Amino acid sequence: MQNIIVIGNGMVGFKFLQKFVEHNNWQHKFNLIAFGEEPRVAYDRVHLSEFFAGKSADDLSLSPRQWYEDHGVELHIDEKVIDIDREGKVIKTSRDNVYKYDKLVLATGSVPFVPRVPGIDKQGVFVYRTIDDLEAIMAYGRKSKSAAVIGGGLLGLEAAKAMVDMKLKTSVVEFASRLMPRQIDEEGSKILVSKIESLGVDVLMNRGTEEIIGETNVEGMRFANHESIYVDMVVVSAGIRPQDELAKSIGLEVGSRGGIVVDNNMLTNDHDIYAIGECALFQEMIYGLVAPGYAMAETAVTHIMGASRAFNGADMSTKLKLMGVDVASIGNPFLEGEGIKNLQVKNTHTGIYKQLTVCKKNNTLKGAILVGDAADYGRLLQLYQNEIVLPEQLEALVFKGTGEDSLGGVDSLPDSAQICSCENVTKGQIVGAVQSGCQDVSAIKKCTKAGTGCGSCVTLVTDLLNAELEKAGVAVDKSLCEHFSHTRQELLEMIKLARLETFDQVLAKHGQGKGCEVCKPAVASMLASTFNDYISNQFHIQDTNDAFLANIQRNGTYSVVPRVPGGEVTPDQLIKMGEVAKKYNLYCKITGGQRVDLLGAHMNDLPAIWEELAEVGLESGHAYAKALRTVKSCVGSQWCRYGVGNSTQLAIDIENRYKGLRSPHKIKFAVSGCARECAEAQGKDVGIIATEKGWNLYVCGNGGMSPQHALLLVADIDSETLIKYIDRFLMYYVRTADRLMRTATWLNKLPGGLDKIKAVVVNDSLGLAEELEREMQHIVDTYQCEWKTTFENPERRKRYQHFVNTNDLDDRVEVQLERGQPQPV
Amino acid sequence: MSEWLKIGLVEDIPANAGICYKYQGDQIAIYNFDHQEWFATQNLCPHKQQMVLSRGLIGDTKGELKVSCPLHKHSFSLSTGKCLAEDKDWCLKTYAVKVENAHVYLEV
Repeated sequence: MQNIIVIGNGMVGFKFLQKFVEHNNWQHKFNLIAFGEEPRVAYDRVHLSEFFAGKSADDLSLSPRQWYEDHGVELHIDEKVIDIDREGKVIKTSRDNVYKYDKLVLATGSVPFVPRVPGIDKQGVFVYRTIDDLEAIMAYGRKSKSAAVIGGGLLGLEAAKAMVDMKLKTSVVEFASRLMPRQIDEEGSKILVSKIESLGVDVLMNRGTEEIIGETNVEGMRFANHESIYVDMVVVSAGIRPQDELAKSIGLEVGSRGGIVVDNNMLTNDHDIYAIGECALFQEMIYGLVAPGYAMAETAVTHIMGASRAFNGADMSTKLKLMGVDVASIGNPFLEGEGIKNLQVKNTHTGIYKQLTVCKKNNTLKGAILVGDAADYGRLLQLYQNEIVLPEQLEALVFKGTGEDSLGGVDSLPDSAQICSCENVTKGQIVGAVQSGCQDVSAIKKCTKAGTGCGSCVTLVTDLLNAELEKAGVAVDKSLCEHFSHTRQELLEMIKLARLETFDQVLAKHGQGKGCEVCKPAVASMLASTFNDYISNQFHIQDTNDAFLANIQRNGTYSVVPRVPGGEVTPDQLIKMGEVAKKYNLYCKITGGQRVDLLGAHMNDLPAIWEELAEVGLESGHAYAKALRTVKSCVGSQWCRYGVGNSTQLAIDIENRYKGLRSPHKIKFAVSGCARECAEAQGKDVGIIATEKGWNLYVCGNGGMSPQHALLLVADIDSETLIKYIDRFLMYYVRTADRLMRTATWLNKLPGGLDKIKAVVVNDSLGLAEELEREMQHIVDTYQCEWKTTFENPERRKRYQHFVNTNDLDDRVEVQLERGQPQPV
Repeated sequence: MSEWLKIGLVEDIPANAGICYKYQGDQIAIYNFDHQEWFATQNLCPHKQQMVLSRGLIGDTKGELKVSCPLHKHSFSLSTGKCLAEDKDWCLKTYAVKVENAHVYLEV
């Protein structure tokens, strides 16, 4: 076993760990140990300023602590490595611990540069680097009225924004004659200054700070031109210095202006020690952006694994939003001389500036600056990186409306063009993702990781997505997968018309190939919504949850959730659930839908568990299915002194009516007995609230990732009408939604929105009402508890053996007791 | 030395699905398409190291027969064992399967 020790748990240090654990069976060869001197696990420093906009430290965290445990990475935070013995290959930490390493990775990042001027140690002077710094700034800012930021670079302007957000009178002090001197030119700076000044910020340029004035606390600052200003606090953001002291102290080679010297495998002059990120100096250059840092991390991982993926420098192009102003810089926009021509477009009125630096000889882009409008960034970056020959009319590149045609849009890019530099994703990969079924940006993000770093490429990803979808034609746009060139809606219609009852029939008639994990469960769901046969008759097309009628958990075991309609449960049922949990060693938890979740069941035990639960009348809760889940309710007028309607009774009736209904996605209901809304009905797909005159019906609410309030469909209706409308609403949703589309998204995408639903459900504008009700009645009439059908059938029970050749349980499943209950190891 | 293990009668094995066979403490997933084409791989998904692949849906992508892990839907080629996502270099161990006299055999 080799010990790999990573010093530094910042963004790049974390990326190293992430890339490392992606390697197959790495745990067989390596121990991975990481140290961070901050008290927090790695967080997103790029979006640090969002801390001021209300994000918490947890929001900024790159991965929860659990991630390290899940991946077998040993993490020590709040523990600084203070010494390295290169001879003995051991490190020593601030907690006096000693660890042996085989390979050491320095990802120590940088520290803010603080000019040594008199008074710099006064109270009220801060740096802007860590969450701790920000917390201190926030605390001090509460008792301050004004603040100055030293440094008009990228981070300085971020800090200034934070000061403005704290409602402080803010000044930016810059030594040079322009803001962001590394990224933009004089003209760009002028536009940026005017924009920033319009936010009430004083921008002071050509000012060298001579002294911080004040008794013990900051009271003001004095500049080299003898001018003074009065401020309550000072934030220093005058650049960074690589944190290389430890490396220097043990004799690693460092540059004259700092930075640990590395080769293109990120190796230092000690061939068991790597350096990556902002502490590394590659060819006399420190890379202070996250994308090159990530590339370095990947290079180091690859080299430790015994291969090579040389780092050859990185593009420092960047796009940001600073104080609400878009600023972007590409390549080297400061080139001058014979072979170079410049194009500048400027509109002081709208505050937009664009500059292109072009090589005359081969008419390619060498650099660009965009201020005020950076929408062209993605396209220009591609032109620059791929050295694409520019059109005759350069203006076409930066004037809206003409650029697209002359460039041929994203189409003109080669497949190898790098779209996301943070995650190194090419155009080819994104196109591939779209072709294999990613239909929106979030799916592409998930599938390729593109756009998950700094986010600056998202516009380009969207363009690629749209271009790809357009190319494929509208039909393919929504085709289920490569096996069916139909939308879910079309396919459902065809299934009904021809009464196709099996997947094999549907595939033979309308599809091609053998199907896949997308179309099999989708068709299974459509068949169930239409015919409502016993689901396991077509065992082989069900997703694992529907195949085994239980939710698969991360260790391959399953959870068991019995239905307790409306959340009403008898003492005997509770006792039985407890007995079953004890007998089969299950972990118990109350769900958000008012029922009991029993987790950790071996596949082999599932039929017996359900057989025992059925003894007290418990049925499948369909917690594993894209189907009706629960109808949550309050106790209503039966018990509550405020209740105006019997919400529990209605919830039970409704849950029993719609239980077993398979739908494009899961459906949750709630019923509240009065306007106090204790059941949180307005956050559900279907929400019902009792009124003095009957019931109000709300639809298409959602919790989850992007919560959405349900909308009032109709008010003050009686129970009979209510059921009728819910029948119609649900069936209309089942008919027209795409696969895995919750009602909230369905509503958002439905042309006409709520009005359309009202028209169909309440006014019967399509003349469908009767048909929808009939279809629902069929589902209601054909309900069976699929677990009962299963455990009563010996053939079915056989499928619940983990092994075909023995009754053994899966012996790889391990549990440990935590808080008195079994939990996965 | 490899040998052929007799797994069982073809008709006893569900069509178009996976099963899991225990062999010397190891777990091997065996899949079939219509009882015609047979494949076997390790049961362990390399992503989260869980013994679940036999419970995955099988199918094809562009003609390449595959299994999709039930946990996070990573797909693996049944002929080569390779993960079909371009950015993953995971590879499953594969085994030969044959049918003789209505019985399925696995080479270990």
